[in-house]
Formats: sequence, structure tokens, C-alpha cells
Amino acid sequence: MANIVDDEMIEYVGILAKLELSGKEKEQAKADMGKMLDYIDKLQELDTSGVEAMSHVFGVKNVFREDVVTNGDRREDILKNAPEEKNGMFMVPRTFL
Amino acid sequence: MKMDVLDLPAVELAEKIRAGEVTAMEALQAVLDSIDEKEEIYHCYITVDRDGAMRKAEAVQKKIESGQLCGRLAGVPAAVKDNICTRGILTTCASRMLGNFIPPYSAEAVLRMEKAGMVIIGKTNMDEFAMGSTTETSAYGETKNPWDIGRVPGGSSGGSAAAVAAKECFAALGSDTGGSIRQPAAFCGVVGIKPTYGTVSRHGLVAYGSSLDQIGPIGKDVTDCAALLEVIASYDKKDSTSIKRDDTDFMDALSEDVKGMKIGIPIDYFGDGLDDGVKDAVLKAAEALKEKGAIVEGFYLSLVEYAIPAYYTIASAEASSNLERFDGIKYGYRTPECGGLHDMYKKTRSEGFGPEVKRRIMLGSFVLSSGYYDAYYLKALKVKALIKKAFDDAFARYDVILGPTAPAAAPVLGASLSDPVRMYLGDIYTVAVNLAGLPAISLPCGRDVEGMPVGLQMIGDCFQEKKIIRAAYAYEKARGPFAAPGLLTSAADGKN
Amino acid sequence: MGKQYETVIGLEVHVELATKTKIFCGCPTAFGGAPNTHTCPVCTGMPGTLPVLNQKVLEYAVAVGLATNCEISRFCKFDRKNYFYPDNPQNYQISQLYLPICKNGSIEIETEEGKKKIGIHEIHMEEDAGKLIHDEWEDCSLVDYNRSGIPLIEIVSGPDMRSAAEVIAYLEKLRMLIQYLGASDCRLQEGSMRADVNLSVREAGTEALGTRTEMKNLNSFRAIERAIAGERERQIELLESGGKVVQETRRWDDCQGESYAMRSKEDARDYRYFPDPDLVPVMVGEEWLERIKAAQPEFREEKMERYKKEYDIPVYDIEIITASKRMADLFEETVGLCGQPKKVSNWLMVEALRLLKEMGMEPGDIRFSPENLAKLIQLADKKVINGPVAKKVFEVMFEQDIDPEKYVEEMGWETVDDEDALREVVEEVIASNAKSVEDYRNGKEKAIGFLIGQTMKRMKGKADPGKAGRMLKELL
Repeated sequence: MANIVDDEMIEYVGILAKLELSGKEKEQAKADMGKMLDYIDKLQELDTSGVEAMSHVFGVKNVFREDVVTNGDRREDILKNAPEEKNGMFMVPRTFL
Repeated sequence: MKMDVLDLPAVELAEKIRAGEVTAMEALQAVLDSIDEKEEIYHCYITVDRDGAMRKAEAVQKKIESGQLCGRLAGVPAAVKDNICTRGILTTCASRMLGNFIPPYSAEAVLRMEKAGMVIIGKTNMDEFAMGSTTETSAYGETKNPWDIGRVPGGSSGGSAAAVAAKECFAALGSDTGGSIRQPAAFCGVVGIKPTYGTVSRHGLVAYGSSLDQIGPIGKDVTDCAALLEVIASYDKKDSTSIKRDDTDFMDALSEDVKGMKIGIPIDYFGDGLDDGVKDAVLKAAEALKEKGAIVEGFYLSLVEYAIPAYYTIASAEASSNLERFDGIKYGYRTPECGGLHDMYKKTRSEGFGPEVKRRIMLGSFVLSSGYYDAYYLKALKVKALIKKAFDDAFARYDVILGPTAPAAAPVLGASLSDPVRMYLGDIYTVAVNLAGLPAISLPCGRDVEGMPVGLQMIGDCFQEKKIIRAAYAYEKARGPFAAPGLLTSAADGKN
Repeated sequence: MGKQYETVIGLEVHVELATKTKIFCGCPTAFGGAPNTHTCPVCTGMPGTLPVLNQKVLEYAVAVGLATNCEISRFCKFDRKNYFYPDNPQNYQISQLYLPICKNGSIEIETEEGKKKIGIHEIHMEEDAGKLIHDEWEDCSLVDYNRSGIPLIEIVSGPDMRSAAEVIAYLEKLRMLIQYLGASDCRLQEGSMRADVNLSVREAGTEALGTRTEMKNLNSFRAIERAIAGERERQIELLESGGKVVQETRRWDDCQGESYAMRSKEDARDYRYFPDPDLVPVMVGEEWLERIKAAQPEFREEKMERYKKEYDIPVYDIEIITASKRMADLFEETVGLCGQPKKVSNWLMVEALRLLKEMGMEPGDIRFSPENLAKLIQLADKKVINGPVAKKVFEVMFEQDIDPEKYVEEMGWETVDDEDALREVVEEVIASNAKSVEDYRNGKEKAIGFLIGQTMKRMKGKADPGKAGRMLKELL
């Protein structure tokens, strides 16, 4: 057991999750994540060979929509909460180099 | 005659409104006055929509008088947890991230309530994005337990449970991903139901762990919860995981007849870590049901200690993905200053989310990341299958599984957050129910040595809400009225 | 003498499906709306919203799978692909990784060395992203989610192609199959078909695959050809100079004629795929599959064989007409109305193709109906209009799908069948063109052509030139 979470791992997870931690937060996160991983490592005690992973708890299948247009123009609703907007579009920091 | 409207259960209030003894506006006014009086102390709400609610109450009253509305909860003022979208009303998920988010749509459950003539008062406090067991991770301050303001109300639906207990509403919606309805209901001495997965539409519920989340009712008694669940249960084409059911007339299950009902008590729920007061109260409740003719016996459920690690792996993984949409582009918080796109993402999310949310997002991102998926996430899904199997085996023998809702009554404020793993251990009896998609109810069954309410949990097989409602109703009648908390009306009251 | 290298290419082809609505919500897929007018809370990733699968997407995906000889998965699921980018409103794309809908297929292409089988590794369903527009003025980007949630299938080939010519033959073949199914219009320029090229090189005669790169932003066959040549050269140069090819995604800049790496520190390429809990699995039933199979159209090869038997037209015509389902349908329907396959084929092969080329259109863009083409052919047959007028009418019909009968009548372009009027004009022409008349009488046959022309001119084109010629000869 005893998972050691290092800076590199916290950095990597930060890139994946788009989170930036301050120095103090990072130390806390390393400790917490180590503890949590130790804890969930308990799952390894169980033999699950031959067990199928259960992503959906009930056997519900084949839920479909008909290919029929049901939505009208809702632009106003969609943009109402936008932090920054221009010409009916969401404004973001430039994505092109 | 001094009838205090606030003391009425929701179903009785609605009867009186239909009978013309009280109007929907009077009922709402009583709640608003109660909020004015106590909210400063308990802080159950993030948003109270006074004007909107009064307009609704007036419209509903007219419809009741004209006979257009005759539902069993018509005219009842109710609260909605703040992670359930309400059109035109701020929906924050108790996060800074959604501090200004006004949804242009309402959750299906909210639409059902409105259709039934219920009056939505406002949005209740919760743990941020429903991640927590104490309502202390809210970005808008903690909610206090009406039984003891030095203690937490539980979580994540702590605001809803406290609002019902403090008579700041007649009933409320909560959401339950790993116990978030049942545990605060237990801590606040009220009743809460987590329905079978797929029974209440998730449309409009801001997702935490999508495969586990269910909206459910919190009320003063079993009858109110059954009535509210009947209102919100529906098949919804907007939710692919919604299930068509024709047995959602839950009020029909309100019967005291438990003769021959087979009730199993998992012996493995009664090991270390269970508070003696809780244990005694729960076993006494089982005894009461036995006296009414139920067949009660102990059995080994197995795998109990694996539910929490499986739950935290799955819930965190799904949460890490569900919460990716909060990026400062389409709605909600955006960092005021940034150097480019990725910096904007990172600053926005680091400033917008609180520590517990970040902790779970990071854990979730890690367990899904390349090289760890099989060992953690896939493993957890396999353990989930085993846990489901254990319940299937149990329900082959029993109608209802009975046990405590939480290992102890409400802890004091600030005690849980310092050690996340210890906080997670408090979910030991509730999370397995979500993993297996089962229905469960929590209702008060006594008080611990310090006088805090203790919750009794009854779990049913999938789609067997009626069985747990019947058992809970029978127990509730046998137990008799449960004392209400001695409510404070000013902070000074609490100091003596 | 340097080493010989072999290029190994596999393609990831994204095809936009021709559904009316998006993959997970009821928003229209129509092109050209103002920004964000074809959006809703679902396809803009608002909190609490949930996806519901459009059944037509599954039907199209399975139909393409059948047409490419794939195994159809009886049980498939959707997975989330997690990555942050503003065109992706949820910051995860709903796609299929673990259990895609189709697997292990192949199609046959024609190469210089004969027929060749190209393997199809898998086909999966997924959602498209929105559009980013760069705003120079504000130095920012703007996001339009109209395209967000447009249904796509991604067709992943095996590393089975060895040249740009094979790649293009493969793409042409895929495009034809999919167009025949009506599952997409497959236009590279407009982005309804997009090809990412995975390319590696290895020394000729060796078996092991080299490290590959993935090239994006290829929106014409020409760009694909140039990118393949450029990347092959870049990789060989790297290897020759002792370097190593890095597995990466590169963006092709067709103006510069070079590619550059799209890598960044913030791009971990670790997509954390997991089954989407918001969507339930898809179970393909036998009966349903049989229905899709029964509804598969007649594809080109079968069609060509049938045409050879049924219609008396040159093989060359058959090849051209069946190259496009639209063209073939038009041909068959028109022949069904007016017979005369040769004439129908001529109109399509000569006039229609000429106009398509002039206007930079594809056969799929043809708007005129078989009814109108049949009417035009009948008008010409009955000599109601003459050849040159028919061509003029065809041009108008091509652009506006007018009814030729009504149009000819409105314009007063019917051939004048008045013997006296024609005789009068012919007499005038003879009287006023003494030189040509003399030439003709002196045995210069060609002079008659000039005289017919003059007659037609005075008749404002509405005479039957054959009749005018006969009358001229008679009067001379």
C-alpha cells in the first residue's frame, strides 16, 4: 500500500483536470490523494476475475429519439449566462497561435 | 383557535387548503415568516424567491378554488436543493462556479411539482456540487442542525433536511448520490427517500455521479415523502436512463400491515465504528416491526467494507468528467485575468471550485488516466457488480433490509472536513444502495445519548419502494410522533 | 545509393451523417444558420442536460458498416473522450472506444496493379464539435455551437495503403458507397467528409511498422496528395539524418505546403475514456438488422451490370452515370418516363456534366427533376423545339428546375410550323444572298449551311432547321 503522490503526478493530474494548485494546496492534495488511493486500493483484495464490469446497473437498452426537429432558435437563452459574448458567440481567449 | 399551520405535515396542509380552511398564500406567508425568523441562525437556503413564490401561490389558490387543481400536495410550499435547475431562479450548486447561473429550463422533477400545484419557495443549501456529508463545503456558508446549532445537518442535502426540520418549508427535494438524502434526513430527524435509479428524471439535476444520482423527497413523515415521490416520479424521454413504471402510486402503500413481511438485518452492519446509541435505537425499531408481525432475522450481506472505495472511485471518476463543462466559457464564473486559454481554464476552475470538489476531480481524473483505468475504475465497476449480486441474493430471501442510516448522529461543525477518508467512512451504510440502484428510506427511530436524532434505513429491492414505504409507515405508527427540535428564533437563544 | 522506403498509410475518415437533427438533441443540422441559432441546452453542455440518441444515426452507421463488409456489434456503448477545448462544450466528446458499432470490414479499390483490399478496422458513432472563429479585432476567438452535436461516423482503416493514389481511390470508393446509401453527401471542401492521414515509412522489404504521425486539416484530394508527399519526405529525411520520428499530431498548412506539430505542454493526449453513464447500451436485434439489410440500395457494381443488360448505351456512359447515385437515379427515372436511354444519357453526359463543371458543382447538387428532363426530351422529339432551343431550355432548367413545356410556351420558343411563313422567309433569304445562292448552284454544298443560318436568324431561331434546309434546296 502506501501510495506516494509526487509533484509530477499532481502536476499531470492538474493538466488533465485543468486545476492549478498553490504550493500549500499542492502539499495538501498530495497527502489527501495518497490517503485516498491507499483507501481505494482495498478493492484489490477482491478477486474479480470473470466478473463483468457493470457500467449500467439495470439492463435498460435502446433508448432512442426520432429524427425530428423539436428545437427552435434558443440563442438568447443559450447566451444569457455567457461571461463574455460577441456577435451571438461565446468569447474565449484566442485559440490560434 | 390557534392552529399553527407550520406544524402540519404537507399532506394535511393540502387537505386544509382544499377544504378552504387555509389558503396557499397563508401557508406560504407562514413559511416566509418562519424563514425571516430563523434563517439567520440555520441558513437553510441559498435563494428565497419570495415574490415569485407568492405569485405562484395566488395562481395555485385560484386553480384550487376553481377545481382545476386537486392533487394531494396542491398549494404546499416546498423547497428545492440548489443543484436542481429552476427556470429563472439562481441555481448555484453551492459553488462559486455557478454563483450567477440562472437556468433557462427547469428540472423535470420541478416541472412535475409545479404541475401538481406545489409552490417553490427557494433553493436550499448543500455541499458544493453535492460533494460532502455535512453541508460545510458550500461556498455560501454552512447550514446548522436545527436540533443543535453546534452540529452539522448532514449532507449533501443538508439545507433541504434542515429546512424541513426547522419548519422553513413543508417538504423539499434533495438528491442522493451516496446517501445525500438519507443521511441529512437522519441527522435532522426527518424522513427522506432515495428512489430506485431511473424513477425520477435526472433532467435538470446538475450531475455529480450520473450512474448513482437520484432526486428524492425529504418530508416530515413517511406519508409526505410518499406523496411527494408520487408527484416527481415519471418516465422522461429527456433522460435515457429514465424507466417506465406503472407502480408509482406510492401513497397506496401507506399501510400498517407488515404481517409476514421478511426483514433482514445485516449483521455485518453492526461491527466496529457503530455508535451504541444508534445501534440500540435501530434494534429497537426492528423489535417494533417484529411485534407488528414482521419476520426479522440477521444475515450476512457481505462486501460491506468494499462499497465505499468502489463508490468513491466511480463517483469521483464520473464527477471529474461531469464537472469539465465548468470552464468559464458558457456560463458561471470566469477568472477576471488570464494569460491565454489554458491559463483561463486553470484559473477559472481553481478559483471557482472549493477544496473538496477539487480533491474529487483530481482523484477522478487520476483513476481514469492512462495506465490506471483498469486497476481502479474498471475494478470498481466489477466490485459494483459483486455488490449488486450480494443484494440480489439478500432480496431473494428478504423483502426489506433494515439497518442504521449512518454510524453515528450528527457530528459537531468542523469535525469532519479535516480528514476526508474519515468523513467518507460515515457513508458506509448508504453508498452501496446507490451502487446497486436500489430504493431506500431513512426515518427517525430515536435519539442518541446527546439527544440527537438517529436514522433508521430500510432498503428495498429495485422498484420495491412500496415495500419500504409500507414498513416505514408501519414503524412510524408504532413509534408514535417524533419530537420536533426545540427551535431557536435568535442566535442568543443558542448560547444558553 | 540511398535506401528505398515504403510509405504505410491508414486513414481516419469522419463523415457527417445526413440526419435532420443532431445526434443527441432535437436541434436541426441544417447549414447556414446565424451563430448559435441551432443550439439548445443539450448541445451547448448546460448543466443538468442529458443526451438521447437519434435512432437514424444508428441506422446510417449500421448501413455504412454493412456496405463496407463490417461485422455489426450486437451490443455497443458510448464512451466519453475527455479533453478541454472551447469548441467542445462539455469538454468531453461522446464517442465510442470500447465497443464500437462496426468492426473488421474491408472495401476493394482499383489500383494500377489491379484490385486491392483495404481493411476497415472499425466504424464508430460520435458527435461533432462547434466552430471557432478568430476575431482579429479583439484578439480572441469566438465559439459557435451550431455544428456541436452534428452526428459523425469515424471510419478507421487498417494501415493498408501505400500511396496517395491508393488513398484517393479508397476515399472515392468510401464516398461513393456512402452517397449511394444517402448517409452523407461526403464533401471534403465543406467538411462533411474529413480525412486524417496516419503515415509512417519503413525500409522496403521490412515488416515492422515505423512510428507514425497523424496529419489533420486536409480538405481536398490535392491537399491529401501534397501532405502525403511532404510527410513521407520529412520522415525519410529525419531517418536519414539519424533522427527519429515522433508520434504526434501534425496540422497540414496547404498554403505553405508544410505541416507543423500541434503539440503543447497542456495537451496530455490522455483522454480518460469511460462508458457514458448518461446513455444506455445499444442492442442490435436480428430483425432490426435484417430490415436495414433489406433496405440497402443497389450499389454501383450491381447497377453497372444491370445497365449493361437493360440499356443500350456505351459502357463509358454507364461508368460515368453510375459514379453518382443522384445521376443514376435521374437517368433511370427519366428513362422510366420517356424511354430513349441513349438520349437521356446524352443530356446527362454532355450538357449536365458541362454545366456542373462550369459551376463547380457535384452531381449531388443537381436540382432538376426527371419529369422535367423527360418533358424536354419529348418536346425536342416532337420537334416542338429545335436543338439549339432545347439546349437553352436545359440550361434554364438546370438552374431553376422549370417545367420546359410551360417555359417554352411562355417564351414563345416553339418551332414555327407555318409552311407559308417559312417559305416567305426562305424566299427573302434567297433574294438577299445572291452570292451564296450562286455558290450553291455552282456546286458548293457548304453554302447551304450559311443560308439555313440566315433563315434561322430571321425566324428568331424558332424554325426547324431540317425543314428550312429542305425548303431551300427545293426552291433553289
